[in-house]
Amino acid sequence: MSRSLKKGPYIHYKLEKKVLEAQADPKKRGVIKTWSRASMISPDFVGLTIAVHNGNKFIPVYITENMVGHKLGEFAPTRTFRGHAGNKAKK
Amino acid sequence: MARIAGVDLPKNKRGEIGLTYIYGIGRSTARKILEEAGIDYNKKVMDWNDEELTKIRTIINDKYKVEGALRSEVQMNIKRLMDIGCYRGIRHRLGLPVRGQSTKNNARTRKGKKKTVANKKKATKG
Repeated sequence: MSRSLKKGPYIHYKLEKKVLEAQADPKKRGVIKTWSRASMISPDFVGLTIAVHNGNKFIPVYITENMVGHKLGEFAPTRTFRGHAGNKAKK
Repeated sequence: MARIAGVDLPKNKRGEIGLTYIYGIGRSTARKILEEAGIDYNKKVMDWNDEELTKIRTIINDKYKVEGALRSEVQMNIKRLMDIGCYRGIRHRLGLPVRGQSTKNNARTRKGKKKTVANKKKATKG
């Protein structure tokens, strides 16, 4: 079920603060680390690099315009698939 | 012969059903179209006269995205997901179910025909 529109998109408040700061002051722009995978990408994020935690390490994600409306976690996969036994290099 | 949006409609089916042969039009859309054109949806396709046919054509032209245009839109949406590298896009790339279904068994629609692994160890029953 989708989230009530009344509430607006969910963005972790501290992350939002950092993003706005980074956008206001280009000097401060660096990689923002976050564990908040559930936060939605708002238009403010575009152009920043955000390191999203996948449970093990931080995956740097460069935000483009197309990604607006998705959640941060969608860009940091939590599972690694190494292939099945005896299945030699498909690529 | 009734030809709408580049598709030949079956002659001896009811209008409501006949319209569903067009990609992008299902039962409910077909009913809406016929209602708007003021045609009984039980009327067979072959009984439509030219006037009714043009009416239907203009309605579909103006209000609905069908066939090629719709297909390319769907493809574009999938391509977008793949390009931004999000989870759904990755699943599309791998040809696996996108909406969180189980893949331990089944999921054959996405995965295609079974690829049997030679000499796979049988699970021993306890």
